[in-house]
Amino acid sequence: MYPPRFDYYRAASVQEAVQLLQAHPEAKVLAGGHSLLPMMKLRLAAPPVLVDIGRIEELRGIQDLGDRLRIGALTTHWELERSDILARKCPLIPEAAAQIGDRQVRHRGTIGGNLVHADPGSDLPAVILALDGTLHLAGPNGTRQVAARDFFLDLMTTAVQPGEILTAVEVPVLGERTGTAYLKFEHPASGYAVCGAAAIVTLNADGTVAQARLCFNGITSTPFNAQNVTDALVGHTPDDATIEGVVDQHLHVGDPMGDVFASGAYRVELAKVFAKRALKQARDRAQA
Amino acid sequence: MGQYIGAAIKRLEDPALITGRAKYTDDLQLPNMAYAAILRSPYAHARIKRIDTSKAAAMEGVIAVFTGEDIAQSGVPGVVPVGWLLPDLKTPPHPLLARDKVRHVGDGVAVVVAEDRYTAYDALEAIEVEYEPLPAVVNPADAVKEGQPLVHEDAPNNIAFDWSIGDKEATDEAFAKASHVVSLDLVNNRLIPNAMEPRATLADYNPVTGELTLWMTSQNPHIHRLLMSLASLGLPEHKIRVIAPAVGGGFGSKIHHYPDEAITAWCAMQVGRPVKWQATRMETYLTDAHGRDHVTHAEMALDENGRILGLRVQTYANLGAYLSTFAPAVPTYLYGTLLSGEYDIPAIYCRVIGVFTHTTPVDAYRGAGRPEATFVVERLMDLAARKLGLDPTEIRRRNFVPPDKFPFQTQVALQYDSGNYEAALQKALEIIDYKNLRQEQERLRQEGRYIGIGFSTYIEACGLAPSAVVGSLGAQAGQWESALVRIHPTGKVTVYSGSSAHGQGHVTTFAQIVADKLGVSLEDIEIIQSDTDQVQYGWGTYGSRSAAVGGSALAVALDRIVEKGRKIAAHLLEAAEEDVVFEDGKYYVKGAPDQAKTLQEVALQAYLAHNLPKGLEPALEAVAFYDPPNFTFPFGTHVAVVEVIPETGEIKILRYVAVDDVGNVINPLIVDGQVHGGIAQGIGQALFESAVYDENGNLVTGSMLDYAVPKAHFLPSFEVDRTVTPCPHNPLGVKGAGETGSIASPAAIVNAIVDALAPFGVEHIDMPVTPEKIWRAIHGNGRS
Repeated sequence: MYPPRFDYYRAASVQEAVQLLQAHPEAKVLAGGHSLLPMMKLRLAAPPVLVDIGRIEELRGIQDLGDRLRIGALTTHWELERSDILARKCPLIPEAAAQIGDRQVRHRGTIGGNLVHADPGSDLPAVILALDGTLHLAGPNGTRQVAARDFFLDLMTTAVQPGEILTAVEVPVLGERTGTAYLKFEHPASGYAVCGAAAIVTLNADGTVAQARLCFNGITSTPFNAQNVTDALVGHTPDDATIEGVVDQHLHVGDPMGDVFASGAYRVELAKVFAKRALKQARDRAQA
Repeated sequence: MGQYIGAAIKRLEDPALITGRAKYTDDLQLPNMAYAAILRSPYAHARIKRIDTSKAAAMEGVIAVFTGEDIAQSGVPGVVPVGWLLPDLKTPPHPLLARDKVRHVGDGVAVVVAEDRYTAYDALEAIEVEYEPLPAVVNPADAVKEGQPLVHEDAPNNIAFDWSIGDKEATDEAFAKASHVVSLDLVNNRLIPNAMEPRATLADYNPVTGELTLWMTSQNPHIHRLLMSLASLGLPEHKIRVIAPAVGGGFGSKIHHYPDEAITAWCAMQVGRPVKWQATRMETYLTDAHGRDHVTHAEMALDENGRILGLRVQTYANLGAYLSTFAPAVPTYLYGTLLSGEYDIPAIYCRVIGVFTHTTPVDAYRGAGRPEATFVVERLMDLAARKLGLDPTEIRRRNFVPPDKFPFQTQVALQYDSGNYEAALQKALEIIDYKNLRQEQERLRQEGRYIGIGFSTYIEACGLAPSAVVGSLGAQAGQWESALVRIHPTGKVTVYSGSSAHGQGHVTTFAQIVADKLGVSLEDIEIIQSDTDQVQYGWGTYGSRSAAVGGSALAVALDRIVEKGRKIAAHLLEAAEEDVVFEDGKYYVKGAPDQAKTLQEVALQAYLAHNLPKGLEPALEAVAFYDPPNFTFPFGTHVAVVEVIPETGEIKILRYVAVDDVGNVINPLIVDGQVHGGIAQGIGQALFESAVYDENGNLVTGSMLDYAVPKAHFLPSFEVDRTVTPCPHNPLGVKGAGETGSIASPAAIVNAIVDALAPFGVEHIDMPVTPEKIWRAIHGNGRS
């Protein structure tokens, strides 16, 4: 549990962080340290340079922008879990954040680190994808925005380019008659999602589905958007039988992951069950 | 007994532990101390063709780099021995560092001594080892087949021993006349002990005096001193001092003598500086002896009334790559001898084949052999109940050894001392309200909900043990225990115990025994243990032996103190010795309690020695070496109530009831804690834990990311209760409480799950019973 030697720089601003990354192309960005440091201690990662962005004030906090919410990349899981703004305007995020790791981890780990690390068992990627979030990046050529659907490229690989850092995540404020749910089947050892289902259901005034989203962590190498299922739900009254029928008929997971604890075939089965549970709970909340 | 024994006194150890004032091995600092790190094989089986340590040795801050060749050339014995022999046991050498071949992932290859740990680990990466990878074998049932890779050339078919117990002919006859036979093939899953504190050693060698001091994570410092001296280092025993400071749990894993502690000591002798080694959690996974790992076929023969006629068991026991200290005993004398369970079984035959594989060595882990035996017997009882259409409690009742049949001689060597099995079962049934629970189960099934009720009516053999008996069975150790009690001139008490607590709370329970026997208060008592220079001798703490054997030694020594004190008091009181009574810390002549001499007064006189009875030696001190006449046999009934969600295989434990009989209870708070911890570990085995190797011998579950130790929120609030059947053969009437939970609970949990799944026709699922296994069992995708 002793990492190899590395140089350490602490950035005071986003601009300085970007400059440091330019000066040290081999550097890794350190935020909460809850993904990177364990890998370094196990000597699975050995970056020669760390650029610590953990004290950059402008990367903190949650802002209400009216129709959107801006969440700074350094916002901890604990802050997500306890945020009043999120509880009122986007409760899916606190519900998922509360299921990450344990209390100590949630106090240190950050939303930015979680998303950039892109572990398939993480809880936030499918949530941000379901919310159709936007990721703000800063780099040597200025800033740019990437939609969540374009962000997760592969197992632990994202659209963040060398020299860039994630500065914030923007998600929409959820409208009326909208309910959300994040349900997770956790790995008993790691606590990661073997299957995590994020559901959003918006109802029309007549009770039929206006729009819906259903995305999964844990079952595939990148978060999986079950667009077929939600497309098929739109326009229907989402009673239990309809949800079950639509999931059974339309949920097709290609290339599921498997390990000694849960095979791919079993994860596909879990996805079906958790899809139904999550959609029903989101519906109930939309109706409430 | 007095006011202390039986009282729920808060542990006297805890203030230091919970305020961070306790010193563990890694907390200790010595001037000029260096740090060791050990290079470990990434291959399960490979020939070492070349080791080049030159780059590592040249690094700044590296003091020395050593290989197995260096140890061999130093002239020390340099091996790790096995401490239990069986007939025809193959005992291939286990060098401190591998030389020609590595035999499991984690086998030590070289050691670095450096100024700090960062440098030490950097230097490990600079050592060049050229390996020639060889094919590996990991499954014991496969390893015995022809043509498999050999772990040791001198152990054909990888067989270390082929052992049996019981009467084969009588058992075959029982099966021939049986009305019913049930059979079961099972794998008892391999477990990793996962003590909270990984193993560690600090070694300090004084070349002038030739004395070596070792602070180490030990459950038995005297055993470690003995084996260090004889087998590993060759230093005279009296020149080695082993101290176990605060130790963060062991569960068996810190009984054994491993290479790493001896390597650290040897390094200290080479570099002339104190050297410390602290295992990482990953090293804990790769090198702490694992537990269980059986492949078993078992059959039970019954008559038409559900009376057991015979039991036949064959087990392949995985021993790993080398014989760990007590490895041969665990799947034999701690397993085959327990197969009678709580039942009067007229014929038993058990054959165990101990097998080498390219895996981490396997040895005692909490329960050690007895959980495996209990699982076989209790699973068969449930299968038999189902086959005969009997309630699982009824078939158990029909076969219990009745209370009037004790002492009871089993067909597998043991003689049970005392028991009342029906009483414990009855109490458990009352707690769970069994009749109504069964009705509730039926009602819920109609609603499509599946709850199951599982029983484990278990027996264990604890309090190891009569030395002559274990010696005749192959132990290269005695199993008595010692206590020295010293009453100081002021009447304060110091006890030197050969037991060696590492979480059990001896400082509290032993003080309770002293307080009652001598009538002194707890704050006037000091319990010293875990130091070979302070304690006369001891065999240590494991096998639920400390209260039964160590506590009994203490009780005998205390009686000797009281008797010597009585001689002095009688002299002072000018009375006949037989007229003097001792009560509440005071001696007085029968009928004249107002003319008393306190223990403190007597102690002072004993030391002043101005006026002692003629011929009596001064001072007030006594030592006892207690060798028990028999094992102790705790027993009880555990009941698990679970709900299974068929669509996913998710499991909820709704209730867990444990009624244990550990004999007399010294401290109910501590016994409850032991029971809780044991149940948690047993549920870990049943539902979560499994050390999985791939076919190349890589440990797939090599960290806490993959190997699931149960978390608090996985477990229900346990309902624990007791019956009390005192042990008839030791002075305290205690039986031992450390392993009940891990022995009883795996069978209770699995029986409950299989009961829940009865409507689906599921008969067995191997541990750990994961949701996917349940899902597959329900949906017909394989038996487990």
